[in-house]
Amino acid sequence: MGSQAELTAAGLTGDALDRAIRERVDALLDQRLAAKLAEIEAAKTPSMTIIATKGTLDWAYPPFILASTAAALGWNVSVFFTFYGLELLKKDLRKLKVSPLGNPAMPMKMPMGPKGFRAINWNIPNVVQSFIPGYEAFATKMMKKTVKNTGVASVAELRALCVEAGVNLIACQMTVDLFGYSHDEFIPEIKEYCGAATFLPMAKDADVSLFI
Amino acid sequence: MNFDKELDARGLSCPLPILKTKKALNDLASGQVLKVVATDPGSVKDMQAFSNQTGNPLLSQAEENKAYVFFLKKK
Repeated sequence: MGSQAELTAAGLTGDALDRAIRERVDALLDQRLAAKLAEIEAAKTPSMTIIATKGTLDWAYPPFILASTAAALGWNVSVFFTFYGLELLKKDLRKLKVSPLGNPAMPMKMPMGPKGFRAINWNIPNVVQSFIPGYEAFATKMMKKTVKNTGVASVAELRALCVEAGVNLIACQMTVDLFGYSHDEFIPEIKEYCGAATFLPMAKDADVSLFI
Repeated sequence: MNFDKELDARGLSCPLPILKTKKALNDLASGQVLKVVATDPGSVKDMQAFSNQTGNPLLSQAEENKAYVFFLKKK
């Protein structure tokens, strides 16, 4: 690429000269921009934000599994706990329950007994489930036993790993007020109590954003 | 293969083998090798992905006595 004087000397003038310059600049820009963008991408720490809205034993797993794993991959992770999701930040996680009621996808298998017995999927109608007192507590106990048998982490263990890995645990202050909770019911590792206006800008900048 | 530290992740399910691997790597110096033994079949793909994402090279992986053995080098 020559100087303007050279181009003029080469016989390019007026529109032709403008066009030649523009084409050259565009070509250079494409080349450098791609390299620069790749460089920025490589240097960037990936980030993930999650909105956790469920407070049952089964739904406690996805946010903590994804958050702890992303942190292990070196990502920056923030989880915003709102509505029933706040249960997952309570000091005492033993109150988390799973309900098979109205959940046709949930396999109902016994965690003990001979292999053939454990393979049986007990298809218990909703009306029976709702009629038996303590059915939910029973199902919860069975799930906890299955979790232990299969080497799956407990919710408390996964949460502790999230805390240790520096996952930002964020609680929705509105829900705290709505449900009449007080801050001392929650673990002290909560980074902040805030609202949607604080969370949304984090989600905007995140590479991965999930609603659970 | 020589290694500097061994992690027994047998009997653990996803995502524990990966989380424990990450923690074990934190204790190593750059260039040192971690041996991980796991039984979770999902860990085979997950360990490769972990290595790609974190830049800690996966030197080898093999199946031995119904367990998966990985050697990871700390970057």
